[in-house]
Amino acid sequence: MKNGSPLRLHIPESRFRPGDKPDFSYLDLPKAGEAKRPKVDAKASATRDLAYGLVRVMNEKGAATGPWNPKLDAETLRKGLRAMLLTRALDERMFRAQRQGKTPFYMKSTGEEGVAVAAALALNPDDMCFTSYRQQGLLIARDWPVVDLMCQVYANSGDRLKGRQLPVLYSVKEASFFSLSGNLGTQFPQAVGWAMASAYKRDTRIAATWIGEGASAEGDFHHALTFAAVYRAPVILNLVNNQWAISSSQEVAGGEETTFASRAIGFGFPGIRVDGNDFLAVYAVTRWAAERARTNHGPTLIELFTYRAAAHSTSDDPSRYRPGDEYEHWPLGDPIDRLKAHLVHIGEWDEKRHAAMVAEVDAHADASNKKAQKLGVHGVGPHHHPSTMFEDIYKEMPWHLREQRAEAEMARMKAGKP
Amino acid sequence: MSVMNMVQALNSAMDNMLARNPDVLIFGEDVGFLGGVFRVTDGLQQRYGETRVFDTPISEGGQIAVAIGMGAYGLRPVVECQFADYIYPGFDQLVSEAARLRYRSGGEFNAPITVRSPYGGGIFGGQTHSQSPEGLFTHVCGLKTVIPSNPYDAKGLLISAIEDDDPVLFFEPKRLYTGPFDGHHDKPVETWAKHPKGEVPSEHYSIPLGQAAIAREGEALTILAYGTMVHVALAAANETGVDAEVVDLRSLMPIDIEAIEASVKKTGRCLIVHEATRTSGYGAELSALVQERCFYHLEAPIIRVTGWDTPYPQEFEWEYFPGPSRVAEAISKIMAG
Repeated sequence: MKNGSPLRLHIPESRFRPGDKPDFSYLDLPKAGEAKRPKVDAKASATRDLAYGLVRVMNEKGAATGPWNPKLDAETLRKGLRAMLLTRALDERMFRAQRQGKTPFYMKSTGEEGVAVAAALALNPDDMCFTSYRQQGLLIARDWPVVDLMCQVYANSGDRLKGRQLPVLYSVKEASFFSLSGNLGTQFPQAVGWAMASAYKRDTRIAATWIGEGASAEGDFHHALTFAAVYRAPVILNLVNNQWAISSSQEVAGGEETTFASRAIGFGFPGIRVDGNDFLAVYAVTRWAAERARTNHGPTLIELFTYRAAAHSTSDDPSRYRPGDEYEHWPLGDPIDRLKAHLVHIGEWDEKRHAAMVAEVDAHADASNKKAQKLGVHGVGPHHHPSTMFEDIYKEMPWHLREQRAEAEMARMKAGKP
Repeated sequence: MSVMNMVQALNSAMDNMLARNPDVLIFGEDVGFLGGVFRVTDGLQQRYGETRVFDTPISEGGQIAVAIGMGAYGLRPVVECQFADYIYPGFDQLVSEAARLRYRSGGEFNAPITVRSPYGGGIFGGQTHSQSPEGLFTHVCGLKTVIPSNPYDAKGLLISAIEDDDPVLFFEPKRLYTGPFDGHHDKPVETWAKHPKGEVPSEHYSIPLGQAAIAREGEALTILAYGTMVHVALAAANETGVDAEVVDLRSLMPIDIEAIEASVKKTGRCLIVHEATRTSGYGAELSALVQERCFYHLEAPIIRVTGWDTPYPQEFEWEYFPGPSRVAEAISKIMAG
């Protein structure tokens, strides 16, 4: 028998590359207020439309519509707006600091501030968060001092992580914020374990975790979904689809033929795709998933559909792989502009008050930066003493590390270093 | 005090810990209702309930990650990895996560987890059920690696591992589960009943991690070994009639350098025996340590007797296994040197 036509290997391609005119009209964007809101004990099958759709609450006029409207008071909305503005202010200053050589590295979250800030406000302050590297807004929304984050970025004498970690890989136990790993995706199943422990101890706290669409191709993502489903863990699994994993578009991660939220359906629990730049929608969906988890109905996978407006990191140049103005064509706008429009729409905000908030936030960020820099910057110091690198490998230092520390100290002494 | 084989001694350790500390949980493939494929968790689910001893999906990466998350919460999880050969899907979680957590968080978080796993050959398991991967883990700072050679030590060391605030890899020599095995595979199988270390208290006790034991005192030669190879070394020493000292390391990280140094300085000769493959194996580290610290006491070159640098072949198991005749030959060579 003769074979048919030869096979063809499919390689997904990014839709737009430098020089192309970005056009997102192919995206199927449902209107705000259209998505149904099932009960929190819904079976996976009842969330199928939500997994393939897009929950949106704010319409073009800035009005909140539909069953997902969280009906937040103005005070909470303004708190969210300020946290997003402060996150952006922090990012701008740390980006500049990197260009000035005061830190070797930084990662901005521009355009994605809503993802972290809205979730932080929808969760309880002691719910445990296992984040990826672009959710600094979570700490800001939890009122963790900006100066502390800056000290970590500068790896200075005030850095609680003692200069050991790449900038932005924070750890803030006091704010229920788990130590960040540079190995992407590892936190996803760890969060499930934490949630299982909380359930085992009959605690009331839940866990939440974040992963990028790129890293969701790692085994850890699938381990997390399996264990979360099997043990009905009280965990919220957030997948931030910001379209880009450095230079690879979301199609390369497996988003060409389906949504990432739909992955959950196959595992047997709800998946919800949400407009990640719609503060109200992110808040509402997180609240739904939190209530579900708290009432022992198990996990939820939330795909936060957004756009990475900035470079992947300070080491990245996006003009090499995507059109420079792509973000301006992104149809879901900017989370700060949209929440501001909503506040204005409901009569709780105006340009004057907004300008005052921006000025206050900028002044706060500048003052924090000044304070942090006084405690040292990368390469110049002051830092923690280099000998501290031998600490915290084990709870008690074994003999071989004591010997190596002495060896290092001897070498420093011979070189005339303190 | 009663006679226990290693399976029972390990079971007793977990029984004690489950009874003492409600934060101890045990999970892994088939460990719940069945009690483990090697029966090490037999009866524990029935005694302590399903939320404390339970089955998991076949996902070592998931099991270890979940244990790390539980450890961050404040529990003390014990994971059974059904065979050491299956541990690799969990490698990243051990190396990049459990091992680094205390360090990278400035001491805010730690991973007080224990990963138990049967290792080594002697059961015709072939290359996927016989490996000795300890050297992969001793190379990683932040992990502890422990390997017992008898029931009494197995219990005391496992209790220490579970109580330890750092992540511990606990490798169990599966060929020793039901009896001491000296490598003479054609001789009748022995049980732990007649072995002094088969006497195990049923109550809680612990053996500190990082302390070697002298399994046989001697003056002529030091043999460094752990796990199954302790018994092989003892057999070879007895059969050659050489007055060898056999040091049972018990803990590879941290390692008891004082015991090693004292023994080699006394005997002036050192033989290293392990079942794992040779190149970059743990024996290389031992050899370097002895050379660095005891060079002027050595009267002969250090020799390593190990598994060959091949996968563990199923049908040629006894050609691969570093048995007593290979050890005896190395003893003769060192004594002649």
